[in-house]
Amino acid sequence: MKNFIKIFSFIILFSGLSLSTQAAEKVEYLKTDWSFKGLFGKFDRAALQRGYQVYTEVCSSCHSMKYLSYRNLAEKGGPEFSIEQAKAIAASFEVKDGPNSDGDMFTRPGRLSDKFVMPYDNVQAAQAANGGAYPPDMSVLVKARGGGVDYIYSLLQGYEDPPAGVTLDDGVYYNKYMYGNKIKMANQLSDGLVEYSDGTIASVEQMSKDVTTFLMWSAEPHLESRHQMGFKAIVYLIILTILVYFSMKRIWSRIETEV
Amino acid sequence: MSDHEYTPKSKFGKWFNDRLPLLTLANHLTDYPTPKNLNYWWTFGGILTFCLITQIVTGLVLAMHYIAHADMAFDSVEHIMRDVNYGWLIRYIHANGASMFFLAVYIHIFRSLFYGSYKAPREIIWIIGIIIYLLMMAAAFLGYVLPWGQMSFWGATVITNLFSAIPLVGEGIVTWLWGGYSVDNPTLTRFFTLHYLIPFLILGLVVLHIWALHVPGNNNPVGIDIKKPSKDTVPFHPYIVIKDGFALLMFMIVFAFFVFYTPNILGHADNYIEANPLVTPAHIVPEWYLLPFYAILRSVPDKLLGVVAMLSAILILAALPWLDTSKIRSAVFRPLYRQFYWILVADVLILGYVGAMPAEGLYLLVARVATAYYFLHFLVILPVLGWKEKTLPIPLSITEPILGGSPNLATAKNKESLNK
Repeated sequence: MKNFIKIFSFIILFSGLSLSTQAAEKVEYLKTDWSFKGLFGKFDRAALQRGYQVYTEVCSSCHSMKYLSYRNLAEKGGPEFSIEQAKAIAASFEVKDGPNSDGDMFTRPGRLSDKFVMPYDNVQAAQAANGGAYPPDMSVLVKARGGGVDYIYSLLQGYEDPPAGVTLDDGVYYNKYMYGNKIKMANQLSDGLVEYSDGTIASVEQMSKDVTTFLMWSAEPHLESRHQMGFKAIVYLIILTILVYFSMKRIWSRIETEV
Repeated sequence: MSDHEYTPKSKFGKWFNDRLPLLTLANHLTDYPTPKNLNYWWTFGGILTFCLITQIVTGLVLAMHYIAHADMAFDSVEHIMRDVNYGWLIRYIHANGASMFFLAVYIHIFRSLFYGSYKAPREIIWIIGIIIYLLMMAAAFLGYVLPWGQMSFWGATVITNLFSAIPLVGEGIVTWLWGGYSVDNPTLTRFFTLHYLIPFLILGLVVLHIWALHVPGNNNPVGIDIKKPSKDTVPFHPYIVIKDGFALLMFMIVFAFFVFYTPNILGHADNYIEANPLVTPAHIVPEWYLLPFYAILRSVPDKLLGVVAMLSAILILAALPWLDTSKIRSAVFRPLYRQFYWILVADVLILGYVGAMPAEGLYLLVARVATAYYFLHFLVILPVLGWKEKTLPIPLSITEPILGGSPNLATAKNKESLNK
């Protein structure tokens, strides 16, 4: 058993090491309480709905979300808009469809099954409109950045005047959390930029938190069921392990050897 | 091998067994005499079998939904994560399963190094094991390319480019591997094919690995030959089965924690960015389990020699049964080897660490020293140690290890006969 504890602590140590090497690369990001962290972490429904609002009113003019469909907005574990709300949201967008029986392309109001409408037809168009920089698709953005949600949250609030000696080209901005500190996206958020229907004050901090929560969900739409299933699975495994441990003791007691 | 004749009880069983002795095999597997002093380091063989089966089963399901095409691979992975029922679960088990597989195989290999399990008469088991390990690395690398993220693409570019170090034919080989003049769709489709093939090769080799094991039987922590079956052994079932099962469950708890709570921690964030041949990531790093060899590769200034060093670092293990000249198997009775063993463990961990860091300055220096020590351990320390080391007296049997306290074999034997 002693030996066993040794192995187990070794594995824990390994896991700890792998976590800490990741942490070592991090810059000090702004901290906030994320409701979706931890064993029972869940999304804050209202924050997701507000985050969606920030995305549509601010980000979506440049950033696509190609892996999301309007139906996702009404699905369990997400912003959980009602089906009617989600249908109304979808219908507020013009979707290109076709060809029809005459062979022509046409536009129609969006449906639940449609993917989020893209701001640009293609990457080149996006680059042309943004000074050569391609605004990345935001569907999995938080997973595609080392610092994850903390990084995005900080970046949105990280704009400041460049320190003396740093000269910026036209269309380049200074952000203290950006890799290399130079970013082609201008500061987008300002206090009161959007008007939240639930009465929440739309401070820059609040909007950053809401939209980052929304991005976390878009990157991990099944996070809630993952956490729930994970807890059940681990409890089940622990109980089974205890039972098997005692069976093992029982079986090995026949030959009186310590296991 | 359990040598006694087995006759099935039922008439049909006998009829069947005479034509295909599956029941004899099953009987051999349950009765298989196993040393009763095996500790928990020995449970990783079973754990590895579980890992392989898990990878194959989850991999089959993923392959039903994955599309091996440069324009669609990334999208299809996201489709699995979002729209396939429990696709996220299957994919996270598969992705983290690779890491768990390597964690287990490293423990398994280092257990063998500690207890001298590679020595006669188990050389063939060991060499098959090394081949399995090589195939595992190939499968893991090929699998990492399939999501077609930035690290997939650039990892594939870096690793395939290693072949260009081969004199004269290098460039040709790389073009042949790529199926074109850069890593592109033909590369992806062939990588997918090979990634699908290799696990079944591994499965076949695992059967040989176990077969070869069942001829001499298990080594054990004391490292002495034991009579089989005897009071030193227990039948595989139920004793070892339940113990392996217990250890496997503990392992699965750790596994589940990764899958459900930190599924992306062992991967690189850049792999959630779709592959882009025009943008090179700031640091191209392989998965953690390949880092020590990556460090060795980068510590040699010459490309060809770097590749040679990296390959030798793995292949040198195959020669281990002959490089280690000591007659004593278990490090328990080798006080000096025990210390060098732990230095080697530290050396490999250091190599892994510097492999993840940029190859410059102090990191590069540390990597070079650690690489040199790695080869020194196998090529100089081990052979010399076998001749020079004063080993501790080994017991004659594992049930009465105290008996062997006397270095004089005759005295010890005498004592044993007195006890009877």
